[in-house]
Amino acid sequence: MTPADLAFFVLAAVLLASALGVVFTRNPVHAVLLLVLTFFNAAGVFILLGAEFLAMLLIIVYVGAVMVLFLFVVMMLRVDPAKMRAQGRAALPLGLLVAGVLMAEMAAVALSFAALPGAASPAFALPEGVTDARALGRVLYTDFVYPFQVAGLILLIAMVGAIALTQRARPDIKRQSVADQTARRPGDAMEIVKVTPRTGA
Amino acid sequence: MDAVVEFFAWLWAFWPLRVVVWTLVVTIGVLLAVAYLTYAERKVMSAMQRRQGPMTVGPFGLLQPVADGVKLFAKEMVIPAQADKTLFLLAPMGLFVLALAAWAAIPFDKGWVLANLNVGVLYVLAISSMAVYGVVIAGWASGSRYAFLGGLRSAAQMVSYEVSMGLIIVCVVLCTGSLNLTEIVEAPRPAWMQLLLFPMLVVFLISILAETNRAPFDLPEGESEITGGFMVEYGSMAFALFFLAEYANMILMSAMTTTLFLGGWLPPFGIGALAVVPGIFWFVAKTAAILFFFIWARASLPRFRYDQLMRLGWKVFLPFTLVWVVVTAGAVLAFGGGV
Repeated sequence: MTPADLAFFVLAAVLLASALGVVFTRNPVHAVLLLVLTFFNAAGVFILLGAEFLAMLLIIVYVGAVMVLFLFVVMMLRVDPAKMRAQGRAALPLGLLVAGVLMAEMAAVALSFAALPGAASPAFALPEGVTDARALGRVLYTDFVYPFQVAGLILLIAMVGAIALTQRARPDIKRQSVADQTARRPGDAMEIVKVTPRTGA
Repeated sequence: MDAVVEFFAWLWAFWPLRVVVWTLVVTIGVLLAVAYLTYAERKVMSAMQRRQGPMTVGPFGLLQPVADGVKLFAKEMVIPAQADKTLFLLAPMGLFVLALAAWAAIPFDKGWVLANLNVGVLYVLAISSMAVYGVVIAGWASGSRYAFLGGLRSAAQMVSYEVSMGLIIVCVVLCTGSLNLTEIVEAPRPAWMQLLLFPMLVVFLISILAETNRAPFDLPEGESEITGGFMVEYGSMAFALFFLAEYANMILMSAMTTTLFLGGWLPPFGIGALAVVPGIFWFVAKTAAILFFFIWARASLPRFRYDQLMRLGWKVFLPFTLVWVVVTAGAVLAFGGGV
């Protein structure tokens, strides 16, 4: 067994264990942290495969940004375990149904997988003497430029949608307007009055 | 005698040993730098405020960091009854480990780097983006409202400024055409490129202040509002780990700025005659200059209000860096160079 094999088995074992932990742990915050550990080990497996760039992206995007937001939401919840268990039992049939449909769909996709038209093959070999970041960029911006742009557009729509749903005008709160503040001159707020003695202003 | 030398040569050929030794050298170097950074901070700030600073422990107070360390070691560790014990103890450890792990990819001199990664920039960015967890978990696991609020604040702040930092790094990468930190240092930088990157250096310097939770962006520990922020429940060695991690991160971010913008170990202003001085000296000198900026900012600027901090990050830095990425990409295409 080479050191790389050993590293793979350790990473894979921790990955599976922590993924199971995500599902079985009672405390939602612990679940999120175990998911972070899962992502970490997945990044390790990517590095073993020579995909350093993807590994770093996985950590920066999922661990560094997405999971932080998850953690934010989960930490704010005060979950009562007993109540949650009762609710979980009630939702079991529906949950099983959704899980079954998802499994069937994934199986259907996996069995009928085909490369996009125009692409040479689903797997691209890394060209000699080119870093994986550069190779990935070349593939994304040439063979897959349209799917790539569409993916970006979908993300943009999701972003605009989220902002449009949560944004609301609040007339009852006072906000700082920096432009107003810097445009303010002494003449707008002050009046200098020459007061003659014993007459008042 | 020869046998001893031969024995050590044989031992040295064994690569895991080399890795361990060099890692220890870098780690101990960083920890010593942290200890004397706290001393330098107190001395510089006291000079700016016309005080003496530490001066009783050892000559010129030089042993003050040692005394502080011993004090923190000797104190009793208190774990709040409400705390999630495992996470309460894991958070400072994690933060400290992350603050040290990122040093693996920093080139101190030509070839002086623990791991010459092809994706060195992303590695440092990934490690520094993990630091948010240490802070949030510390705040949550303490089981205290003040700590929790401090943790949330700190996390929102660190995530916000990471976005513009990422875009700034994209500009640098566009100009140098590599993600490898050694290649970034060595890439030729014509005048137009330096002109383009200068505004990014300014934004980056401000962003690293926010990223490391330092004044004037030290809201997570704004003592007038939320006491000690996320580390309010921590004392003794756990607090010391937070403290060490904060200062190690400061030095790390200064080293990153040196590597990305100031030419790392190369002599300043491209003066070839200065290359007789070892590169590590220039690297340390440039890093120290940026650390001085950190301390200078702390001594002279009042703390930002939270909404001002968020506005600066999202409404000023983010659009500006976003536009600048496009400008840089256009300039690289027009003037050649880069990729």
